[in-house]
This record gives sequence, structure tokens and C-alpha cells, in this order.
Amino acid sequence: MTPAIPRSLQHKWSRNIKERLIELLLLGFGLVAVFTTVAITAILVFESLGFFEHVSLWDFLTGTVWTPLFADPKYGILPLVSATLTVTAIALAVAIPMGTIIAIYLSEFAPHPLREAIKPALEMIQAVPTIVFGYFALLFVTPLLQATILPNLPGFNMLVAGLVIGVATIPTIASLSEDAMRAVPMNMREGAYAVGANKLRVALTVVMPAAVSGVVAAYVLAAARAIGETMIVAIAAGLNANFSFNPMEGAATLTAYIAQVSIGDLPHGSVGYRSIFAAGLMLLILTLVLNVIGHLLRRRYRNAY
Amino acid sequence: MRIAQPTAVPAVGPQQMQALVAAGRRNQLAFAIIGLACTMFAVLVLLAAFLDLLFDGLPRLSWDFMTSFPSRRAADAGILSAWVGSALVMLVTMLSAVPIGIGAAVYLEEYGGKNWLTDLIEINVTNLAGVPSIVYGLLALGLFVYQFGFGESILTAGLTLALLILPVVIVASREALRAVPGNIREAAYALGATRWQMISGHLLPYSRGGILTGIILGMAEAIGQTAPLIAIGALTFIAFLPPPPLVETAPFISLDWLWAEFTVLPIQMFNWVSRPDRAFQANAAAAGIILLAMCLLMNALAIYIRYQVRKKIKW
Repeated sequence: MTPAIPRSLQHKWSRNIKERLIELLLLGFGLVAVFTTVAITAILVFESLGFFEHVSLWDFLTGTVWTPLFADPKYGILPLVSATLTVTAIALAVAIPMGTIIAIYLSEFAPHPLREAIKPALEMIQAVPTIVFGYFALLFVTPLLQATILPNLPGFNMLVAGLVIGVATIPTIASLSEDAMRAVPMNMREGAYAVGANKLRVALTVVMPAAVSGVVAAYVLAAARAIGETMIVAIAAGLNANFSFNPMEGAATLTAYIAQVSIGDLPHGSVGYRSIFAAGLMLLILTLVLNVIGHLLRRRYRNAY
Repeated sequence: MRIAQPTAVPAVGPQQMQALVAAGRRNQLAFAIIGLACTMFAVLVLLAAFLDLLFDGLPRLSWDFMTSFPSRRAADAGILSAWVGSALVMLVTMLSAVPIGIGAAVYLEEYGGKNWLTDLIEINVTNLAGVPSIVYGLLALGLFVYQFGFGESILTAGLTLALLILPVVIVASREALRAVPGNIREAAYALGATRWQMISGHLLPYSRGGILTGIILGMAEAIGQTAPLIAIGALTFIAFLPPPPLVETAPFISLDWLWAEFTVLPIQMFNWVSRPDRAFQANAAAAGIILLAMCLLMNALAIYIRYQVRKKIKW
């Protein structure tokens, strides 16, 4: 006869139910992420559909005048897209070369103490609210350029907005690319050294190609940040829609337009109110296209060691 | 892999070889100098941004600035409603993002097997990290403000930022959970613990350092967010405080503040920056100093905790 199991140790049916309930609750928390994606897509598409009842899709995609708040509204998205692309291009033209050079320097050249000092600093700078950089752009960089090399620069312009976004994005590219380069196994470098390559050659022909997947991921993330950046452009590039790729002019980006309309008080359900969702959908599509390109690039160059 | 075509190697004499090595050395030195210059340039520009803010704003920082409402006269204006608003929004964000974030991480690491459901959640977490922040504002405007009827309130703002920082909290918590070795789990099971007892009694306490780091980083990101809160219609001029959370009559706790209109530090700063008046721009700089200080302090704290955890725990 087996000894009786003490009551406190007996199998409790309530315990199984409790375990099951906890698992379901945690699953629910996990599904919040899925729900968020679905909700973002649903809200943007739903409100945009309402918008396209009033505005033809063709006019929206090909129009070069964006004046939704005027008495005679025109809804051509191209000015906002051109400003977004111009600012992003300037930002990447600054951030990609600088960020990559800094990453290679920190990973392959810098003395150990310098790297240990710079790396946390880069991480801290990524956390600086972008509105602080907006202040810097409008009230420091623009006056500085006006006083020195570009006397005809208007107070609001895409050039400074792009430059400052670029500088603010350097730490992202540098930090992530450096992580990717440091993950390249040491014996690959040693192999190259053994056949007589110097540090620079190792960095450019061995480490860079091996780390390219992570470096491209850093570029894509930086580009997504630049496209979605709102405060720097809203403060420094102005709020007038302007179909122009000239960085010396001011122009509202997709994000700046959304911010501008939100500050004002548009009635819920009006075409103007719905136009910010159409702009948001455009923004999301641009980000999506970028991510797909990044994904393809990474798959094309993926190297496993 | 491409295979390099064999090329004819020209005969190289010792002199040419030396010249080649010397040229390589020069290039290497040149790159090291360029690299150092780029690093210093980036650091200096960012330093200039901070110093500019400090010079402009420091003279305006005072006790009165912290305890005054915004005003039409720049010299009387302060950030009382802004920092109270920021604090309350952060409270809502923390109370919602922390349980959801940790819960999702625990599910993905400990419960979810390799199936389509966990894959779906993982893909979504990764993608959400890349969605522009203002899009979260549009989501909240459509969903919280109008569908759920929360209005342009502290509750809406807190929930919006919670969704925004959820990927940060989830990713950090998962890493912390993954760092706990498997034999801790097995030891708990061997003593008869259920899965949840193992998680709540062992995994979560042992990984709390890493989880805390993730939470603080997420909060530091949330406090500087301006765009999503502008999109949900946060006001820029608030000359009153939300209703107090403690009241004199039973039940002594009031949640009325959740429904109050609000402003936050970065929005107050944005409002002041966009005015042409130099005196208001000085106010913006002063508000920026407070904001920046809070952000950097939270980050420094997170880095410190991460360092301590790494130093102390030896499995």
C-alpha cells in the first residue's frame, strides 16, 4: 500500500486552471503588437478611403499643388513627397559616409580607451529628443550659415533640416555598423594580415564585405528615421507645401504637414482631417518600400560565417 | 561567392615592394586621421548643440520657471503644467507598457514554441520598431481619441507612448530572460514548481536588471516624444493642473486626472521655439535643458544598471 500523499502536496485542479489562465493572459499581451499593426493599417486605410471619396487617387498622386486648407483646396501629394525625399537625401548624404567612416575607425583603428569612451556617448546621443536638435537647427545652424557661407539662405530651409537630421543620425549608423564589424570573426582579419594586407585594406576588403548585411540594416534604419522625423523639419524647414527639390528653399514634409494640421483645430471627419491620414499612409508606404529594399539588399549580400 | 579570376602578377622588385608598403602605410595613416577627424567633428557638433541650448536657457532656469504656468509674457512664463503633464503621461505609459512588455517577452521566450503564432508576434514587434512615431499619433487619434472616446487626454497620450516603446521593452526583456541559464529552470521544475512559479519566483527576479534597463531606455525615449502627442491634439497652452489624484472624501483616490487635457515638456518647448520673440526662445531653451537632463539621466542610469548587472552576475 502506498503511503497517503499529504493534502498540501496533492494535485490541485485549480492550479492547472491558473497556469492556463496565466498563459492566455501573456499570449494576450504578446498579441498587443499584432493588434497595433492591424490597427495602424486599418485606421490609415479606413480614413484614407474616406479621403479618396472626395479626392481622386490620380490627382492625389500626380498633383503638384497641396493646399487642403485653402478655400479652393488642391490635394496633390507630390510637394510633400518631394520635400520628404530631399530632406532624407541630404540627411543620408551626411550620415552614411560619416557614420561608416566613424564605424570603421572605431572598430579597426581607434585605441581601446577611445572606443570605450565614444561608444556609450554615441548611445546616449541617440536618446536625445529630436526637438532639441530642431532648436539647434533653427536658432544656431541656420543663423551660422546665413552669417558665413550662405547669406541668401532663408530662415526656413530643407538644407539645414537635412544636415541636422544627418548629424543626429550619425550615432545610429556608427553604433550599429560598428557592432556588425566587431562581430566579424578575428581569424578572417588574421588571414588577411598573414598574406600582407594592411589595416586599411583589411577594413575595406575583408571586414566591410563581411559586415555588409548589418551595415545595410543600419542604413535602412537611419533612412526610416530620417523619413519619419517630424520635429526637426517642422521647426527648421517650415510648414509651406512647396514642390521643389532645391535644398535652399523651405518646404513642408509629410510629417510636418501632419503636425501642422494637428496643431490647428480641424473638425473630425472633414476632408482636411482625413488628409493627414492619407499623408500618414503615404509615409508608411515610403517606410515600407525602404524596408523591402533593405531586406532584398541584405538577402543579396548575406554572408554567414 | 564570386571567384577571383587569376590575373598576371607583375614581377615586383624589392624597391617597388618597399614603395608599395610605404604607400599602404600612408593610406592607412591618412584614413586613421580622417576617421579621428570625423569622430571628433560629430562629437563637437553634438556638443555645440548642447552648449547652445545651455547658454540660451541657463539664465532662464529658476524655481519660478518650474512653478509658473505658461504666460503671454515670456518673463512670467514657466513649465509647471508641462512637467506635471509629462510626469502623469509617463506614469500611464509605465503602468501599461511594463506589464504588457514583460508579459509579451515572457510568452515569446518561455511559452511560445516555434509556431506561426510566435513568428507572427515576432515579425510585428520588429516591424513596429521601424514605424515613424507620428504614425502612432495618427493611430491614437483614430482609435483612442475617437473610436474609444478617450478624448485628447492624459490617458490617450500615455497609452500612445506605451505602444510606441513596447518594442524596446519587449526586446530588452527577451534578452534578459534569454541570459538566464536553462539549468535554473530545470532546478525549479525538479522541485515541483509549475511553469509560472518558476517564472515568477526565479526567471523574473534574476533578469530584473536587464528588464529594468530596457524599461528605463523606453521611458527615456517616450519622454522626448513630441510628434505623436501633437498628432493626438495635445494643447500648447494649459494654465491649469489636472485634478489631483488624492481627494479629501472617500474613496480618497480620484482618477479624474486621466481624462484631463494636458501639455508636455517637448510640446511646450515646440510652442516656444516657433515664436519669433527671442525671449520665448530662451524659455524654449530652458525647457529643453530640463528635458535633456531628464533624458540623459535616465540613460546614464540604464547604462549604470547594465554595467552593475554584468559585473555582479556570474552564472
